[in-house]
Amino acid sequence: MQKSLLIDPGKCTGCLQCELACSYDNEGVFNPAKSRIKVFNFHDQGRFVPYTCTQCDEAWCLHACPVEAITVDRASGAKVVADDICVGCKVCTIACPFGTVNYNQSTGKVMKCDLCGGDPECAKACPTGAITYVDADWTGLERMRTWAAKTDAGQRATA
Amino acid sequence: MAWTGKILRVDLNRGTCKDEPLNMKWAMKYLGQRGLATKYLVEEVDPKVDPLSPNNKMIMATGPLTGTCASTAGRYSVITKGALTGAIACSNSGGFFGNEMKNAGYDMIIFEGRAKKPVYLFLEDGNAKLLDAKAFWGSSVWDTEDGIKKKHGDPLIRVASIGIAGEKGVKFACIVNDMHRAAGRSGVGTVMGSKNLKAVAIRGTLGVKVKSPKKFMKAVAAGKKVLADNAVTGQGLPAMGTQVLMNVINEIGALPTRNHLDVKFKGAKNISAEAMAEPRKSDGKANLIRNAACFGCTIGCGRVSAIDRTHYTVVNRPQYQKASGGLEYEAAWALGAATGVDDLDALTFANFICNEQGMDPISFGATVGAAMELYETGVITKKQTGGIELKFGSARALTDLAELTGKGEGFGAEIGLGSKRLCEKYKRPELAMQVKGQEFPAYDSRGIQGMGLGYATANRGACHLRSYTVASEVLGIPEKTDPLTTDGKAGLVKAFQDATAVVDSAGICVFTTFAWTLNDIAPQIDAACEGNWTVEKLLEVGERIWNLERQFNLAAGFTGKDDNLPKRLLKEAAKVGPAKGLVNGLDKMLPEYYQLRGWTKDGVPSNKTISRLAL
Repeated sequence: MQKSLLIDPGKCTGCLQCELACSYDNEGVFNPAKSRIKVFNFHDQGRFVPYTCTQCDEAWCLHACPVEAITVDRASGAKVVADDICVGCKVCTIACPFGTVNYNQSTGKVMKCDLCGGDPECAKACPTGAITYVDADWTGLERMRTWAAKTDAGQRATA
Repeated sequence: MAWTGKILRVDLNRGTCKDEPLNMKWAMKYLGQRGLATKYLVEEVDPKVDPLSPNNKMIMATGPLTGTCASTAGRYSVITKGALTGAIACSNSGGFFGNEMKNAGYDMIIFEGRAKKPVYLFLEDGNAKLLDAKAFWGSSVWDTEDGIKKKHGDPLIRVASIGIAGEKGVKFACIVNDMHRAAGRSGVGTVMGSKNLKAVAIRGTLGVKVKSPKKFMKAVAAGKKVLADNAVTGQGLPAMGTQVLMNVINEIGALPTRNHLDVKFKGAKNISAEAMAEPRKSDGKANLIRNAACFGCTIGCGRVSAIDRTHYTVVNRPQYQKASGGLEYEAAWALGAATGVDDLDALTFANFICNEQGMDPISFGATVGAAMELYETGVITKKQTGGIELKFGSARALTDLAELTGKGEGFGAEIGLGSKRLCEKYKRPELAMQVKGQEFPAYDSRGIQGMGLGYATANRGACHLRSYTVASEVLGIPEKTDPLTTDGKAGLVKAFQDATAVVDSAGICVFTTFAWTLNDIAPQIDAACEGNWTVEKLLEVGERIWNLERQFNLAAGFTGKDDNLPKRLLKEAAKVGPAKGLVNGLDKMLPEYYQLRGWTKDGVPSNKTISRLAL
């Protein structure tokens, strides 16, 4: 069963532990500049928003790649860049409507979230639960549960 | 290894930037950041130097853990001879700037000399250059940070800069990074201003390595769990910030009020964490928007606040109606209790101005408190204040003076002298609530006795962050001691001072020590760094750093006589609360402290101590 990254910006404190974990897993060093997930600080509004690839089904990046370097990992559903095939043409970075595929000038390849093979480090590193990894079909489950708990119908039924 | 092994030396006289290798022999003895940069300063600067002379140096230094995923590991410090104090200064800041410096390839940046014209340092992955700062001179911290990012077309640049306060020589000017994180105390921003250095702007993408990654990740995970499971670091600080202390410290009669005339503040509840979270009448919103974290911090004690749009301070001033860094406990105390002001939004506004213009809110608020006493006792009048009715409790006086002091204008220029110089000027030196020229923070040493010894002996002048015995005396961490007695406080203060020197030299935040001991920290340092970093070795490093700082101060002209407290705390007893009738018992603690330190009765490290610590 596939899972999805579920991001709740309301819980994010902007600590960048996700970026540290991502860069460590992918690069072997701590380097937020090479993270596949990015936390945006909307300072004037007091909001922090982590943002990364949503792993589109009909992935623009995958279709755009002229050398078929981006493939689907069937188990996790992640769109994965094969570094040995990628030629660094950056067409995928243009194709992605969300900006989540980016060029890495130290490798000459593009980089994007690959869900760490189905066990994303960012979710494990997040200290506040702002990033979780949940059933891909039920990303709304917790929100539904919250609202369900607020309905008075259930209370009446048990009263 | 966790150090980059590289220093950037910036000669502002010549306008040159040069790399040099980090002295690893010193790193093994002083670890990094506070300790290691102090060693460099001691070796390179005459302790008698005028802090504002080109011969003083200013060092920005990271610790070995800075930039790693250890919790809170984004810290850097600024080490110099302090403009406010004339003593060794080491001001520690969070935010994201420290990590950027490490990722740009440097453990430290040493600034020497003075630029002929205003400049800023621009550093990108090992490439450093000094650029003309004419366009930014005369600008606030906020405008400078925005302006540099726009000029270079790169929103990911991290900036540390001074505001107008630092340019104008306000003695307690600080260096602000990431809009509202500050290397705050002792006038390090004043030193930066004297060098005609407006800002340091950095982009770093090189990555930070550790010695044994697997071992490190395990040690870091264990450390994070300890923080998460602890009531203070896991719940109290994220929910309420350091402001969780306001009502607690007021209740025990240790909240210095109106320039330390009182130990309890009636308005404390109005400026507390609880008040920040309370929806206000005008728009139903709370002052506090949310908590925020510095780089890598799994605690997240930072406050993000917004001022009521109908409040007098921000009407028709949209730039102050946005969210920004909210009140921490020390700022809320200094701007509030020390001045008798209990208008939460006025305090938040004054705090915004301190961030915007680069001023230490502790010294600013405390100096305003002293000036209010000068005014109320008739020593100064509206003639001196430029028409400001400087009464205790006046929010308007506080916020007007924040703006004036931030720009070094009017009576603000006198507030900018700090309390010691201000009260000396008006021949009432005893009204300055300070040690070695630096104003007290938010704990009255009549109600928390150990803090008195900590203040008196802190190498950078009165400071809570050198030996936070509040943890033990009030919160019971690591074990409860009686705040009203002097028994055992000499040993407690020494232990806190030595351990804190280690924390400040590692790249992590001192707030971790609400939950962590060196037993939690040593494995993280040891896995990251070459060298065998045991708890015992770290404690020796901490003690060595403390003594090195002491030696600098002694050589600068300080003596044991400067390990003192203002008469008010030694002669005027607390009027109410648990400490009623008590003064601080410094004379009971200090001789024992000197003895435990291995110092002579005059407070000088003995030859035996110097050789034991290999100084």
